[in-house]
Amino acid sequence: MSESRPDPARDPWSALRGLTHARIGLGRAGDALAGADVRALQAAHAAARRAVHATLDPARLSLAEPFIEVRSRAPDRGVFVRRPDLGRRLRAQDAARLPHAPCDVVFVIADGLSALAAARQAPGVLEAARASLPGWSLGPVIVAHNARVALGDEIGARVGARCVVMMIGERPGLSAADSLSLYLTWDPKIGRMDSERNCLSNIHAHGGMTHDEAAFRLAWLLRGARTLGRSGIALKDDSMTAQLPPGTP
Amino acid sequence: MVFHATLQGERYRFDDLRTLLAKASPLRSGDELIGVAAADPVERVAAREALANVPLRAFLNEAVIPFEQCDVTRLVVERHDAASFAPIAHMTVGQWRDWLLSYEADEAALAAIMRGLTPEMVSAVSKLMRNQDLIAVARKVRVVTAFRNTQGLKGRLGSRLQPNHPTDDARGIAASLLDGLLLGAGDAVLGINPATDSIETGMVLVRMLDEIRRRYDIPTQSCVLTHITNTLAMIERGAPVDLVFQSIAGTQRANESFGVSLALLDEAHQAARSLRRGSVGENVMYFETGQGAAISADAHFGVDQQTLEVRAYAVARDYAPLLVNTVVGFIGPEYLYDGKQIIRAGLEDHFCGKLMGLPMGCDVCYTNHAEADQDDSDDLMMLLAAAGVNFLIAVPGGDDVMLNYQSLSYHDILTVRSVYDAAPAPEFERWLQRMALLDGQRRLNANAPLALPGFMDE
Repeated sequence: MSESRPDPARDPWSALRGLTHARIGLGRAGDALAGADVRALQAAHAAARRAVHATLDPARLSLAEPFIEVRSRAPDRGVFVRRPDLGRRLRAQDAARLPHAPCDVVFVIADGLSALAAARQAPGVLEAARASLPGWSLGPVIVAHNARVALGDEIGARVGARCVVMMIGERPGLSAADSLSLYLTWDPKIGRMDSERNCLSNIHAHGGMTHDEAAFRLAWLLRGARTLGRSGIALKDDSMTAQLPPGTP
Repeated sequence: MVFHATLQGERYRFDDLRTLLAKASPLRSGDELIGVAAADPVERVAAREALANVPLRAFLNEAVIPFEQCDVTRLVVERHDAASFAPIAHMTVGQWRDWLLSYEADEAALAAIMRGLTPEMVSAVSKLMRNQDLIAVARKVRVVTAFRNTQGLKGRLGSRLQPNHPTDDARGIAASLLDGLLLGAGDAVLGINPATDSIETGMVLVRMLDEIRRRYDIPTQSCVLTHITNTLAMIERGAPVDLVFQSIAGTQRANESFGVSLALLDEAHQAARSLRRGSVGENVMYFETGQGAAISADAHFGVDQQTLEVRAYAVARDYAPLLVNTVVGFIGPEYLYDGKQIIRAGLEDHFCGKLMGLPMGCDVCYTNHAEADQDDSDDLMMLLAAAGVNFLIAVPGGDDVMLNYQSLSYHDILTVRSVYDAAPAPEFERWLQRMALLDGQRRLNANAPLALPGFMDE
C-alpha cells in the first residue's frame, strides 16, 4: 500500500475514514487512481466474482442431519444468472424425488448468488433457529443448487410444509461476498408473490446481522405468520418492533 | 401490419411492428428472458432489412402498446408535432438512418425534427446503427439545461457526485461529499440515494446538502433521490428542495409499479418550480431510467426492452428535466448480460435520449453478477464522452457502499475530462478556481481535506 497511502499518522484522511466504508481519500497517479487502490478494488471484485460462480458443496456444510439435494431448471451458473425464471422451478426428476412430509417449517439452504454465503452462514443460522423454535415440527433440510428465492415455493408445496424458509446467498458486494438472506413464505405454493414474503437480510460476520439475531427475528416472524395465517406485507410492519435480546445491535 | 424480408434465400415474416422491433434489436438477455429476441443472428439481420424498409409514417399508425391501455402511448400521440415531422415524413427508417449521419443533418436540423419523433421511430433507427453511428449522431445534438449552473455546453462534461452511505449517516455522507468536491465532481448534482424511505431522513439530508452548498457558495444543485411523493411531502414541510427526482419507465403499468403517474409528475414539477430556487435556469426535474425496468415490473407488453426505454424518454421530455440518466448496468445480467451488452445499451440510451431532446447522462456501472468489470466501464465512459454525454455519475473509488455496485470514481471523471479536454459546467469551474482547487493548468490539486476549511466541523 506504500505507494498510495501515506503513513496513517500523517494521512489527512485517516480521521474521516472512520465515518464511512466508502473509498475516500484515495491516492492519485496524475488523474488516475493510485495503483494500490486499483488493485484493492480488483481484489474485492475478484472475491465477489468467485462467490457468484462458486458451487455449494453440501459435504462441507457439516449438517447434523441428513439432507436432500435438489437442483433448479437452470443447468449451470451462466444460465442461472441470465434466466431467473429457470431458477424458480425444480428440475422435474428432483420435484418427483421430494418426499411428502407435512411439517410446520422446511428449511432450504440455497446458493442464490453466493454459494459462499450459504456455506458460511446457513448452518449456523439453522442451528440457532432450531433452538428458537421449540414445539415446531421441522421438515427435512433441503440443499438447493442454482436456486432463486421462489424455488422455495415449489419445495414447500411438495413437502407439504406450512412455511418455507429460504436461506439464500445474496448478490455479493465488494465489502461482503458472503451475506445471507432469509425469506419466509407462509403456505408456500408456486406463484406466490414477493409481497407475500418476509425477508431478513445482511446476515454476515463483517458488521452484519449475527446468526443468533437472525434466528431470533425469524422465530418472531414465524410466530407472527402462524397467528396471521400469512406472511408478507401485513406482517412486516409489526415484526421490526420486536424486542431483541440484550446485546443485539 | 405484417412485414417481410428475404435473406439468403429464406423468407422471414414479422407479424407486427412490436415483433419486428424486438427481432431487429441487438442481442440482449432481457429480450431473451421474455422470449421476444430473434431466434438467431440471421433472423436478426432479416428483421433489420425489413425494418429499414418501413416508412416512418407507419409508426404513426401502429402503436406497440395500445392507446387505450397505456397513458405513455397517449402522451406520445398527443404531443406529436406534424410540422416537425414534415422534413422526414417521406423517409423509411433506413433512409432516415443515412440522413441522420449526413452532413445535412446538423445541430439545427436535428433540433428541428425533435418534436416530430416518436420513441418507436427513434428506437427503430438505433437498431440500424452501429456503435460508431450512435456516437457520431449523438454528438451533433446539444441539449443545454440550467439551474444553478449550465449543463450540456460544448466542451463541458458534468458529473453527479453520489456520496451514498448504508445507514444515511450524515457525517459519513459529508466525508464522501468532501472527497468528490475536492476532485472536481458534483456540478450536475450532489445527489444522494437514501438507504431508507423515511421522509425525516430525507429532510435531514436535503438540509445538510443545502447548508454545505450555501456555506461554500457552490454553484450547483442538490437532490435526495427519494420517491416523488416523499419529495412532495418535504416541499410541503419547507425543505430546501432543488430538484425533484423520480425513476420512470416506458409503460403506464411499469410507472404504476413505481408508484408514479403523469399527474403526480405534473404536480411535483409545478411544486418544485414554484420554489424558484434556480439562479441561472428553471429545469427542476431529475429522472433515472434503465433498460429492463418495465420487464422487471412485468409490464412490458411483449415489447423489447430498448424500445420500452425510449418510451420512458417520451415521459421525461414532457417535464423539461435538468438531468436524465440511464443506470445502464445496475439492473443485472438477466437484462444486460455482459460488458458488450452494457456498452451497447449505454450508447443506445444516450443516442435515443439526445435525439428525443433530453439532457442525457449515464451511470456507467455494473453489478458483481454481470460479466463485466472496470475495463468495460472505462470503455463506455470514453465512448459516451466522445458522444458528448451531458454528465456521468461518480462515487468514491468507484464503489457504492450503499447500493452495492460499481460506478465510476471521481478519479475516472478527471481522466475522461482530461482525455477529451472537457471541463465541468462554467459556473462550477469558476468556483473550483475561486476555491483554489484547480491549478494554473486546469488540473485538480491534491485532494487534501483542509482545502475546504471547516467542512467536517459539526
